[in-house]
Amino acid sequence: MIRILRQSVACIVVFTVITGVIYPLVVTGVAQLVFPHQANGSLLIDNGKTVGSSLIGQSFSSPKYFWARPSATSPMPYNAANSSGSNLGPLNPALTENVKARITQLKAADAASKQAVPVDLVTASGSGLDPDISPAAAEYQVSRVAKTRNIDESEVRKLIAEYTRDRQLGILGEPRVNVLELNLALDGLKNK
Amino acid sequence: MTYGIIQIVLFLSVVLLLVKPLGWYMTRVYENKPCGLDRILGPVERAIYRLCGVNPANEMGWKRYTVAMLAFNAAGFIVLYALMRLQGFLPLNPQHFPAVPSDMAFNTAVSFITNTNWQAYGGETTMSYLTQMLGLAVQNFVSAASGMAVLVALIRGFVRRNSQTIGNFWVDLTRSLLYILIPLSLIIAILLASQGVVQTFKAYPTATLVEPITMADGNSVTEQTIAVGPTASQIAIKHLGTNGGGFFNANSAHPLENPTPLSNFLEMLAIILIPGALCYTFGKMAGDTKQGWAILASMVIIFICLLALCCWSEQKGTPQLISAGADLQASSTQSGGNMEGKEVRFGIFNSALFATTTTGTSCGAVNSMHDSYTPLGGMVPMWLIQLGEVIFGGVGSGLYGMLAFAILTVFIAGLMVGRTPEYLGKKIESYEMKMASLVILLPIFLALVGTAVAVATKAGQAGAFNPGPHGFSEILYGYSSATNNNGSAFGGLSCNTPFYNYTLAIAMLGGRYLFKILMLAIAGSLAAKKYVPASAGTLSTSDSMFVILLISVVIVVGALSFIPALALGPIVEHLMMIGR
Repeated sequence: MIRILRQSVACIVVFTVITGVIYPLVVTGVAQLVFPHQANGSLLIDNGKTVGSSLIGQSFSSPKYFWARPSATSPMPYNAANSSGSNLGPLNPALTENVKARITQLKAADAASKQAVPVDLVTASGSGLDPDISPAAAEYQVSRVAKTRNIDESEVRKLIAEYTRDRQLGILGEPRVNVLELNLALDGLKNK
Repeated sequence: MTYGIIQIVLFLSVVLLLVKPLGWYMTRVYENKPCGLDRILGPVERAIYRLCGVNPANEMGWKRYTVAMLAFNAAGFIVLYALMRLQGFLPLNPQHFPAVPSDMAFNTAVSFITNTNWQAYGGETTMSYLTQMLGLAVQNFVSAASGMAVLVALIRGFVRRNSQTIGNFWVDLTRSLLYILIPLSLIIAILLASQGVVQTFKAYPTATLVEPITMADGNSVTEQTIAVGPTASQIAIKHLGTNGGGFFNANSAHPLENPTPLSNFLEMLAIILIPGALCYTFGKMAGDTKQGWAILASMVIIFICLLALCCWSEQKGTPQLISAGADLQASSTQSGGNMEGKEVRFGIFNSALFATTTTGTSCGAVNSMHDSYTPLGGMVPMWLIQLGEVIFGGVGSGLYGMLAFAILTVFIAGLMVGRTPEYLGKKIESYEMKMASLVILLPIFLALVGTAVAVATKAGQAGAFNPGPHGFSEILYGYSSATNNNGSAFGGLSCNTPFYNYTLAIAMLGGRYLFKILMLAIAGSLAAKKYVPASAGTLSTSDSMFVILLISVVIVVGALSFIPALALGPIVEHLMMIGR
């Protein structure tokens, strides 16, 4: 019995060193050497200033920007230090109210639009940090963004196409548009 | 839709293609034969035995094996609990997190040694890098290896004849880690890092928001703090070991934990790979690979049926969303469906596939929030857990659970024809039947009694977040998940209270260790028996008839035990949804 206890303690110490120290250090070393950009959070640097991460969404509410999906993080949306979904059940009245309020907001920002509102644009993501919207959700916002910025819709669509990621390897996942990158490009357009 | 089905077919094909090579490799590892890696790691293995005072040639009886497994897990509990309580004084804590409160630390330590990995905590707001790396990640490795060791001991019980021993726990543990879990984790971790999973020890970086956020109180937020950490290394083993405790609160929905569709594919593959391949290892070690394929076939058939239900229900969405004015129609430019709690890059099919995979196995990682699933879509993961985590199941634990069902199946078949049941040349007698019945009934009992206690007490009711039957579903899911060591949740449940932290911890301990002890008792009893050669009257356990019987037994036991409870939760919710 004493021997088993001694072996248990020795084993947990040895395996803590192997899987808790050596293993993560090896992975960190390789990742930092080979994929330093990804390993540090895929940060976007603009003129020496960190403006976000290409993998983490940000909240947009001005009509001149593409809006990201609703986010349920607290205390503010897209809080990347505290990821969370809404966890609202499918029949929770609060969910229906949130969706309705969001649709009202979208319609108010672009009264002329008669299009149906894509579901991803009115529902909160699982992480609260979703960097993407569907191409349909981007298309829905084209007229508003073009009007507010006083530029041609075709120019906006060209940018969307540029920041749309197709299914990975042609098969995996869903096509999607990175909202932060798209908005940064829109701002860049103005500066040109 | 078409792409969704193609992705599912691709996923299952890759899994099935890898079953044989990995299963063969693991057989070599557990039979102590040259496996390739032993040429490099052999000296390390011998050094570990020397350091730990283990004589690898020493065989253990089932009782000694059980005591060693329990003592090792207890030592792991103490280390992990101490790390969480002392993290405030320890290094590698750039966010200066204080000690984890005692009830949460107790729950989390239990949860990680039992391979449950229930998240009462939010990783990025509670745990220091040191705790994650030296505590949680280490238990991800060793709890998985403990499960694999118990499985291998059980297989030896079938294989050995007139034997008093079932192997050496320290050897099974060490070989599982050194030759299987660590090499696979290294590969997966680096692949994940290439996709954008973070791996750093630096403090959380801060970004200047492109558009500042105006808060309700008029204050303006201009910065975004982005949680990072040594994530990729931990996520690899979180999946390979069917652990499931996320580095971040949102788990694999978090873009820095699961950034791309390819990382998602790898994470799903890593969950199911070892449990699937162990079926082949089982057949190979038992001397008849058809036995393993029959078990695997039963798992795959149940998996596909429930996956189809989940995909259909989530793609259809709810009439509530449609009448609120959202467009749920799938098209080439959107996945449509019920997108609440789901990520755009995964859409409906990859979320449903992940949910089915993570709950069929005892992983419990999530890439979408199960609490926001449609009633029937959310019932699929819940029921997969309640079936006893045997549809692939946890590494090791899934297969030994399924073997308990196989024992029950040959017993029922034996009753029908009036013969003493046999499985793999061993007579199944009253001792094995008693143990196997306990193994099957015990988690059901713990899950249902836990739920009953919670809904009957104020402290329990207070945890439900959603109103109506969905709140009940949250509680039922919680106790089912804890007892069966899954660890996923209907996340709305406010489970970080002393009531839930302690009761769920009891459910996890009971579900894990009583189960394991009973299985090892069966292993010991079987090993001591003599071999009975198959005769004309022996029920074949490797043909399609057996597959159908086994599926029926799993489904009937799962249905009889849980349909009354499910009727009060997801089923009535579904009726409310369509009948409003």
